Amino acid sequence: MTFLESAMLHVSAGRPIRARLSMTLLGYGVLALGACLLAPLVGSTSISLSRALDRSIPFADNVDAQIFFIARLPRVLAGAIVGASLASAGVVLQALLRNPLATPFTLGVSAGSALGAILAITFGAAVTLGPLSPVPLASLAGAFISATVVYAMATRPGRPISTSVLLLAGVTLNSFFSALILFVQYMGDFAEAYRTVRWLMGDLDVGGFGPILGALPLIVVAFVMFAMVSSSLNVLSVGTETAATRGVDVARTQRLAFVSAAIATSAAVSLAGPIGFVGIVVPHLVRLMTGVDHRIVLPAAALFGAAFLVACDLVARTVLAPVEVPVGVVTAMLGGPFFLWLLIRKG
Amino acid sequence: MTLQVQHVSFGYDAGRESLGEATRSFSLCDVSVTVQRGSLTGLLGPNGCGKTTLLKLMAGVLRPREGSITLDGQAIDAISRRELARHIAVVPQETHPAFDYSVLEMVLMGRHPHLGAFQLEGPDDIAIAHDALSATGTSHLAGRAYMTLSGGEKQRVVIASALAQVPEVLLLDEPTASLDLQYQMEVASLLGRLNQDRGVSMVLATHDLNLAASLCDWLVLVRSGRVVAHGPTREVLTAAMIQQLYDVEADVHFHEASGHLTVLPIRRTPMTTATPS
Repeated sequence: MTFLESAMLHVSAGRPIRARLSMTLLGYGVLALGACLLAPLVGSTSISLSRALDRSIPFADNVDAQIFFIARLPRVLAGAIVGASLASAGVVLQALLRNPLATPFTLGVSAGSALGAILAITFGAAVTLGPLSPVPLASLAGAFISATVVYAMATRPGRPISTSVLLLAGVTLNSFFSALILFVQYMGDFAEAYRTVRWLMGDLDVGGFGPILGALPLIVVAFVMFAMVSSSLNVLSVGTETAATRGVDVARTQRLAFVSAAIATSAAVSLAGPIGFVGIVVPHLVRLMTGVDHRIVLPAAALFGAAFLVACDLVARTVLAPVEVPVGVVTAMLGGPFFLWLLIRKG
Repeated sequence: MTLQVQHVSFGYDAGRESLGEATRSFSLCDVSVTVQRGSLTGLLGPNGCGKTTLLKLMAGVLRPREGSITLDGQAIDAISRRELARHIAVVPQETHPAFDYSVLEMVLMGRHPHLGAFQLEGPDDIAIAHDALSATGTSHLAGRAYMTLSGGEKQRVVIASALAQVPEVLLLDEPTASLDLQYQMEVASLLGRLNQDRGVSMVLATHDLNLAASLCDWLVLVRSGRVVAHGPTREVLTAAMIQQLYDVEADVHFHEASGHLTVLPIRRTPMTTATPS
């Protein structure tokens, strides 16, 4: 038994859920907060946290504070929000589909979102809504349209969701939208094609607090719904009929789970593009550390996902400085091999 | 608590109201069963006769197309899922969780209907779970991963999880199928004990006629979606009935040492005239 496994057993075995939940929230909360505070300190110009937070120096004269709050914090917060959303959506979808390999992008939401964004990039739509500029707005619309199509196909009034139809419709829609994306890209000029590729790689450089504030209401709604379903996800992941006989309103829980995951994914993708691997690697890592109880895994994955993506973005903007690596490349290059290593060790 | 099924008909084709994905085209026709408080009812019949469907209807997982199912006179449709789960628990044939839950976690899931939406289980719930583990002889497995258990251990843990619901009625779908003789005996004596000591009423769908003979005080015989006979075990479990139910010639004797009827199948006989479908 490795240290990680024995530590996990120590935390999960026998201890009351209340104590485990508090320990988890505290531990992962400190990790996420630490990542958000420390990541803005690193970059081409080194700054000091104490100076950046020093209220005695006027903001206009405090270069450290300006770099911290204006140049770097929005990007770090975007990373935290997107990481938390994708990781939690992954946890919820894996329980809903009873499939540990499901990701937030399995349901076609990301491809719909990408198609929306790419249409806006290529055909230069100029619609804005509050802090949302055309590309995020179009990507949000694409995500909602694809989620609605998948959902409508998998449900019939008053009956539970068919998870197999959900999965198949999502995968089919993904392929269909990917083909449309290629076609639109082919129709565009080189500059548009470059912007498209760049968008598809994921980018947390949101340029200010505006886009974050635009996505925040959706993410708050999604997280409230996550909290509402978390206790039922355990029983649901054992089986729909078992869940029903344990007192779960299966149809309602499935609806809440799908809609919340779709909202969180749409908001995250519209903010930063489709950043892969977070939604699958983080839930699995967290389960290795905390056990599989969803009431613990869900908040832990949200906090760990935030810290994970902030850390990946830190690597993305520093490893080849002054050139930036797209953060989606970093999550895949760190997440992929690490995940394989875990699987090999477990096997 | 009395669970009463009255003139219930059900069809997967018309209704397709299964909570799972697998739907079969099959129907139950005008079925009536009464589960008296503290009774142990056996549900017998060939494969595909509708035993599992009837259990699902009794658990409120499926809704009848016609007829009514009531718990102490109240229609179970009118009872919320959570409330119903505090009275009726189900032990399915097999349980395959998608994640690697521990045995204690699996058993604590039985407390779900007793907890509020944001409520975590407290010391009382944990005490009830440990009590259920000890009643099923699985206390020593509490910290183990459910997936690593043997078939018999899993089945006992699932029974413990159902017991943690503190139900008045327990519905079991072939609880001893796929278990070896030792575990069959173990589960059988466990069920008998729970029925005697805790007064839990049980409905047991099974293919094991000797298990039904030893445990059940009442039998319901189902073929092609219809009840062909019901009554006290000693009256219903006859060679003629087994012939009618399974097209099998069998010897049915009272076994002195075990104190119950025993069934010895002898040979398959030609099909009887089809029962109405």
